[in-house]
Amino acid sequence: MGNPIVFCILAIIAIGSAVGMLTSRNAVYSALFLVLNFVTIGVFYIVLNAPFIAMVQITVYAGAIMVLFLFVIMLLGAEQLRGVENEQRFHLGLSIVLGGLLIVAFFAVLVTGGGDTSAAAMIDSSPQALGLALFQGYTFPFIVTGILLLSAMIGVVIFGFSRKRGADV
Amino acid sequence: MSEVTIEWYIALCVVLFTIGSMGVLLRRNAIIIFMSVEMMLNSANLAFVAFARNLGDLNGQVLVFFVITVAAAEVAVGLALIVAIFRTKKSINIDDLNLLKG
Repeated sequence: MGNPIVFCILAIIAIGSAVGMLTSRNAVYSALFLVLNFVTIGVFYIVLNAPFIAMVQITVYAGAIMVLFLFVIMLLGAEQLRGVENEQRFHLGLSIVLGGLLIVAFFAVLVTGGGDTSAAAMIDSSPQALGLALFQGYTFPFIVTGILLLSAMIGVVIFGFSRKRGADV
Repeated sequence: MSEVTIEWYIALCVVLFTIGSMGVLLRRNAIIIFMSVEMMLNSANLAFVAFARNLGDLNGQVLVFFVITVAAAEVAVGLALIVAIFRTKKSINIDDLNLLKG
C-alpha cells in the first residue's frame, strides 16, 4: 500500500501539522496548519487508491469547512489570544519545512505511480463505482443525509437571527 | 519493514486521534477545540480508506463520504452556535462558558 519512504514523509507532515495546530497561540495559524493536515490526508487517500475521495476531502474539508472556520475566527477576532508572540519565526520555519516536504512527497507519489496495482486488492474506485455503491446499497442513508443537511441549514439560519425583541439580547 | 502494511496506517490514525483528543482537553478556545474534533474525524476517515484498500471493499469509501457530509453539517451548526454565544458572552474561552444561562 505504497512506498515506505513516501509514507514516512507524509506521516511526518501530517503529525507535524497536527502538533502545529495544537500548539499555536494564534487561531489563524492553527486553522492553516489544519488545512495542511487535511491536504496531507488527501494525498494519503491518493496513495490508497481512492482518488475521488481525495478530491472530495480537499474540496469539502480544506476548501469549504476550513474557510468557514477562518471566516468565524476573523469575525470573532479570535486570533488575539493571550499568549506569547515571538513564536512567529518558529511557525514560519515549521510551515516552510512541512509545505516543502508535502510537495516533495506528492511528486514522489506521482513518479512512483501511487498505490501498488496488485490484483488482489484492486478496487474500482472511480466515481461511477462509488456512485453505484452509494445509490444502490446506501439509498436510505443518502436520503437521510440530505434531510440532515437541510436541518443543519435551517438551524444555522435560526441561530443567525439576532433576537431584538427578546428580553435579553 | 520493507513494505507498508495496514498496521502503519492504524498507528498513524491512532497518533492523529490522540493529538486531536489532546487538543480537546488542553485548549481553552472553543474554535480550536472544534478543529481538534475535526482532526479526530479525519483520523477515523483515514482508517476507513486504509481498510477499504486493504480488504478490497468499496464500502469504506462510501462511509467516508457520509462522514465528510455529517462533519460539514456539524461544523456549520457548531460555528453558528459559537457565534451566537459570542454575541451575548463576548468571549469564546470555555472557562467563561460555565453557565447554562445564555
